[in-house]
Amino acid sequence: MYNDKIVEHFNNPRNVGELKDADAVGDAGSFKCGDTMKLYLKLKDGRIDDIKFQTFGCAAAIASSSMLTELVKGKTLDEALQVTNQDVADELGGLPPLKMHCSNLAADALHNAIANYREGKQAG
Amino acid sequence: MTSRLIYMDHGATTPLREEALEAMMPFLKGQYGNPSSLHAPGREVRNAVEEAREKTARALSAQPEEIYFTAGGTEANNLALRGAAKIRNGSGHIITSSVEHHAVLDVCKDLEKEGYEVTYVPVDQYGKVNPETLKNAIKDDTFLISVMAANNEIGTMQPVQEIGRLARENNILFHTDAVQVVGQLPVDVQEMNVDFLSLSAHKFNGPKGIGALYMRRGIKIAPLYQGGGQERKLRPGTENVPGIIGLGRALELATEEIPGKKKHLESLRDRLIKGLLGIGDVILNGHPDERLPGNVNVSFKYIEGESVLLSLDMEGIAASSGSACSSGSLEPSHVLSAIGLEHSEAHGSVRFSLGRGNTEADVETVLEKAPPIVERLRNMSPTYHRSQ
Repeated sequence: MYNDKIVEHFNNPRNVGELKDADAVGDAGSFKCGDTMKLYLKLKDGRIDDIKFQTFGCAAAIASSSMLTELVKGKTLDEALQVTNQDVADELGGLPPLKMHCSNLAADALHNAIANYREGKQAG
Repeated sequence: MTSRLIYMDHGATTPLREEALEAMMPFLKGQYGNPSSLHAPGREVRNAVEEAREKTARALSAQPEEIYFTAGGTEANNLALRGAAKIRNGSGHIITSSVEHHAVLDVCKDLEKEGYEVTYVPVDQYGKVNPETLKNAIKDDTFLISVMAANNEIGTMQPVQEIGRLARENNILFHTDAVQVVGQLPVDVQEMNVDFLSLSAHKFNGPKGIGALYMRRGIKIAPLYQGGGQERKLRPGTENVPGIIGLGRALELATEEIPGKKKHLESLRDRLIKGLLGIGDVILNGHPDERLPGNVNVSFKYIEGESVLLSLDMEGIAASSGSACSSGSLEPSHVLSAIGLEHSEAHGSVRFSLGRGNTEADVETVLEKAPPIVERLRNMSPTYHRSQ
């Protein structure tokens, strides 16, 4: 049911873990299926210098998390906000229809992290 | 490096055994007669079908005329429930449990829409129905009780005999979905006090697309469709002859093998449960003792079942899960919810269902492959980190 790219990201997810000195932290959860994700950002000169995630979820959720971190690393916050759930799914070569909501988790966590940062909330 | 598939999803389906296939082959080739035909080719096939019916009856301690072949467990359940309801013309009360297979649960929901009243009795933390609770649910117009013999997800056995006695004392029909039990444990419809019992061939190494309903002699229900009057007018349609022959042969053999197989599977099951619990933060779902010989269902805390399944699959191990992500419905299994699991625990459930062909080496391989998979996924999980 999953393509090779999704399986590859599931097996070797990029940027897994947490950042102790993160500048921004965000999370997202799917009320529908119970998956949750936490995202950590480290900023430098207005850009995402480092990014890490932790995800409790299925292969689609883990692969989406991994892909999102790759897509936004090095981007400014405004640029990062342009990345949509559809972009994440497209970059993964498409998700099964029932799994589309899993990709929402990743972009939602990113938006939450950026909103938290802009509201001046401290990480942690 | 072994590349052999370790199949631990016998609760979903089992491979067709060689002897059943052999018995079926003549009826897929030269013996094509219609059992309803008067001529010699028809009569030959009729004899074979009736022989399979006798074998099926014998395995259940029933009479051949009490066996009705169907397209599987789902159809047997539908026929019993809908058939018993249909002759009552839209009124009356049914009792079932909250952990039934969808082939019973969703039929009951549908019958509610048609005007019947249904009580879904709850289960305890192990998934067991309390006969006392069920007794209290009986009303003046209760005409049918349907409780499964054993649960397909968590393997918990139900007190069928006691529920059957209760039904009989109160003059209520009793149906049991025994799809997970027939061919695994001894079944005696007299001892069990059942009026209807559903079974499915592909759960005991028979072919797919064939099952049967046992219906006690003297009971009257309405057929769900009309046609040529086959199966004593209860299930019309030209018989699935190869399927029926395969069912009869597979059930005959499975029944003979029960004592040895039960012991073997129970020992593999207990070893697997012990090993998996040893990983830590693992919950056993279902009853510790009163469970199907081959059923292991655990929840790995902090991780999600489908992730575990996919990882196991890459190691050549086939299992299943009741998590929302693997159900295709975004809801965790109704059974895991009914036994009171938190959403996150239900989310991490994995079922290993053992069967004919599984060995001690298979169990050891799973116990070797599972811990690193669980650890890898936990290291990715935000909830695991928080709880440390």
